[in-house]
Amino acid sequence: MQIVVDLTRCQGYAQCVFLAPEVFTLHDQEALLYQPAVPEVQRERARQAAAACPVQAILLGEEVSPGAR
Amino acid sequence: MPGDLLQSRIVVVGASLAGLRAAERLRDEGFTGSLTIVGDEPHPPYDRPPLSKQVLFGKVPAHSTGLPMRRDPHAEWRLGVPATGLDTGRKQVLLADGESLPYDRVLIATGTRARPWPHPQEAALDGVFTLRTSDDAELLAERLNAGPRRVLVIGGGFTGSEIASACRERGIEVTLTERGPAPLVGALGGTLAKLAAAMQRNHGVDLRCGVTVSALRGDGRFTGADLSDGSRIDADVCVVAMGAVRNVEWLAESGLAAGVRGVACDAGCRAFNMYGIVTDDVFVAGDVSRFPHPLFDYQLLSLEHWRNAVEQAEVAAHNMVSPEPRRRPHLAVPTFWSSQFGLNIKSVGVPTFSDHVVIAQGSLEARRLAMVYGFRGRVTAAVTVDMAKSLEYYQNLIETAAPFPPVSGASDRPPAAEVPVPSDVPDPSGLYHGPTVALTGHLPDRRLVMMRPTG
Repeated sequence: MQIVVDLTRCQGYAQCVFLAPEVFTLHDQEALLYQPAVPEVQRERARQAAAACPVQAILLGEEVSPGAR
Repeated sequence: MPGDLLQSRIVVVGASLAGLRAAERLRDEGFTGSLTIVGDEPHPPYDRPPLSKQVLFGKVPAHSTGLPMRRDPHAEWRLGVPATGLDTGRKQVLLADGESLPYDRVLIATGTRARPWPHPQEAALDGVFTLRTSDDAELLAERLNAGPRRVLVIGGGFTGSEIASACRERGIEVTLTERGPAPLVGALGGTLAKLAAAMQRNHGVDLRCGVTVSALRGDGRFTGADLSDGSRIDADVCVVAMGAVRNVEWLAESGLAAGVRGVACDAGCRAFNMYGIVTDDVFVAGDVSRFPHPLFDYQLLSLEHWRNAVEQAEVAAHNMVSPEPRRRPHLAVPTFWSSQFGLNIKSVGVPTFSDHVVIAQGSLEARRLAMVYGFRGRVTAAVTVDMAKSLEYYQNLIETAAPFPPVSGASDRPPAAEVPVPSDVPDPSGLYHGPTVALTGHLPDRRLVMMRPTG
């Protein structure tokens, strides 16, 4: 599972940092850093973080896996 | 006709953020026809902003930033195969492997690439890098992991500054050279550029402004560079961060209005041909496009912004499968962000479309502020530093063409303190870093953008 955060939308509420600290961290005052590839054990927390984001800036989903060609 | 549109053949050229989001949106719109996505890189769509941040910090592997799908676009992916031409007469996309893909509608989303160092032999030295792709990021991150003595960054735009910031974060010595008077000046104007310069120096960057790099030195391996002021920098890694080049060469014979500034299109993302006539089956989205915006005098904007790629791709996709009366304009206000040297910088509007600025909240001393940009008496942009929650308010002022300077209530200090100062946006031809927002039109009294190669 992959995540991407729309950082134009992110306002640094940091709810995700509290819910999934292994995935999201705040760098200094309000710059958000995250692990784009979410480890299996963190998936549920990442889902909760995405749901809790006040500005709904977090998107979770599967990566594109191109087929045979 | 609408029924036909939904079952036609669509080719998306470009397999990055804009290409992926357009493809998803086509399916959202009910498109059931054949969809092919062409990408020159072998990798599935991935996110680029982390490449100059998390990846260079060493916290995230370069090839782990794959973009999540909103939905499966059920596309045929042709990755690792560059498009080499567009035959608008026969309606075919030509590929480097000799194949041609017929289309009813095509979306051009080929984006940009890093501007290379102008001297090929010097650029080929071991230790000289650019940063645009995940492959670039992997090579550079590896080199930073090896603990270089000093990194030379050429260009003080957002990418160059973020790279310098990542190096300092890791304790690596950095020299950054910028041809203009300060880092970020081309994007944010003089006042915030002074703050950017101060932050770089406070974080230990050896910042050299007003100089150019005259030669990269080395015998097979990069060892240093000569500067125009006669000084020499000894370094073992060099990152060339001199802005982006639009990927339009493959369109040279297409008859479209494609040039160094991008592919011109209307607000509905339809490409113009070389005579300025709008086409009906060729669409453009993302960094490679230039499009008119009513808030900025209908000048054509070229944006290298993540959010613009998403929004323009979605409008393009909608219009590709919608009959004319249902088409929508791409009118989103430009926004971007950058994090560097402990600061979170966010922008809305077009800061270079300005004559004056005023600090409406916070202060330079506090390194926490909201700066409002005005042009001829109306608000055209705002930039926040560690004050992201304020940005939306200013976006509303921009969208409603509110008077500049903003009236009280938009400010947390008495009006007497609000003295607008010139925005001090320099001619980009004198900078290493081009602006990431370029007004490519024309104003009678000022040349806001001069499109000349900076090499």
